Amino acid sequence: MGRLILRQFQGADLEPVDLTIEAGECVTLTGSSGSGKTRLLRAIADLDPHGGAALVDRQAVDQTPPPEWRRRVGLLPAESHWWQDRVGDHFNGSANELLTELGLNAACLEWQVARLSSGERQRLALARLLDRQPAVLLLDEPTANLDPENSARVEALVQDYAQQHGAAVLWVSHDPRQRRRVGQRHLVIRERRIETASA
Amino acid sequence: MELIQLSAYDLSIPALLVLALSALSWRLRLGVERQLLIAALRSILQLLLLGLVLNTLFSQRAPLPILALALFMLTVAGYEVMARQKRRFRGLWGIGIGTLSMFISSFSITLLAVHLVVRVDPWYTPQYLIPLLGMLLGNTMSGMAIALDNLTRDAWQQRGMIEAQLMLGENWDRAIGEIRRNALRSGLIPIINAMAAAGVVSLPGMMTGQILSGSPPLEAAKYQIMILLLIAVGTGLGAIVAVWIGSRRLFDQRQRLRLERLTGA
Repeated sequence: MGRLILRQFQGADLEPVDLTIEAGECVTLTGSSGSGKTRLLRAIADLDPHGGAALVDRQAVDQTPPPEWRRRVGLLPAESHWWQDRVGDHFNGSANELLTELGLNAACLEWQVARLSSGERQRLALARLLDRQPAVLLLDEPTANLDPENSARVEALVQDYAQQHGAAVLWVSHDPRQRRRVGQRHLVIRERRIETASA
Repeated sequence: MELIQLSAYDLSIPALLVLALSALSWRLRLGVERQLLIAALRSILQLLLLGLVLNTLFSQRAPLPILALALFMLTVAGYEVMARQKRRFRGLWGIGIGTLSMFISSFSITLLAVHLVVRVDPWYTPQYLIPLLGMLLGNTMSGMAIALDNLTRDAWQQRGMIEAQLMLGENWDRAIGEIRRNALRSGLIPIINAMAAAGVVSLPGMMTGQILSGSPPLEAAKYQIMILLLIAVGTGLGAIVAVWIGSRRLFDQRQRLRLERLTGA
């Protein structure tokens, strides 16, 4: 289970924000580029300094060792980076099921990272993250490089994962139709403030 | 064998050759004649000054001035290590890491050498302490600088890779582990090469000096072996400490990568 609670949370030069995302709930976030969406996600994942409080269920960020916090609060950045040559060396367990749902298969674990297309990288980065079973998902434009078919696969996989694991999801997307499809609530950043929006 | 003394007239011959070289540089429009002359002049003045200072120290044999000179050499070496890096640590850390690593790589190793290996009495006898320290400082400095420079440059360029690992819940020292190992390897390669080539390709400076001043070549070789081995140990230990402290400084207490702690951020 993972309920994300932000109390007077301050990151990315934004005004302090109070936000609770229930376990299994998906909240979308949008805003013009440079408004601080990416930096807000980085601050929640504790990759950048921040003020206020962030909790997953009852556990506060400053009382959790950083690696444990980041394992629970999984951030999927817009651009993925890989530190080994072989795709499979970035995975912990057997990720077969995840890969199948993303339209890939176990053979791609043997592929060289350098030869991946941008769409493959993006889907494999999601699989790599879900493989570690985070309690909260922070997704930064997870379908930006994908065709409609693969976008649908990613949306379905994330929704399944959120239901099965009771994971709170914060989803950054520029596509209004996608926001309506995946989110139960919608937020927008306007002039350094995070406001509730209609999809 | 007596030491053949060099007169001012003897030194004027290489000096004239340097002048000729700078004239050639001017003629070929290389544009380095000014730097060449200033550097040559600096080396003449610095070495004469060192000779004078050592003359005085050798005759007095008082520990305090000797220690002061040793500390001065150490600080300059620490500054040099910092100055050779493209991206330095901001604030006192910049010179601090360099000086501390030079202290470990040279100071402690020199003391060990005069105490346990050469067994000089007293240990601060300047005739042994100062040249040994100078050899160690000069030769471990570049290894230290290369290792630190590689660390900060790679961390800068591979920010995405480091943070990708942090995001997936890795510890800071695993996330930077490969960069750290690479930095240490690159710092150690020059001394490994120097040891492998010693006596075959190059006749090392210290041995050359001792042979010129009349020591039996085998005795000179033994001193050279000692100094080479000490340089290797000093470079290795100093680089490990410098890279460890440097890599730790790249992260804060929440294990966030803080590249703004480097200049040029």
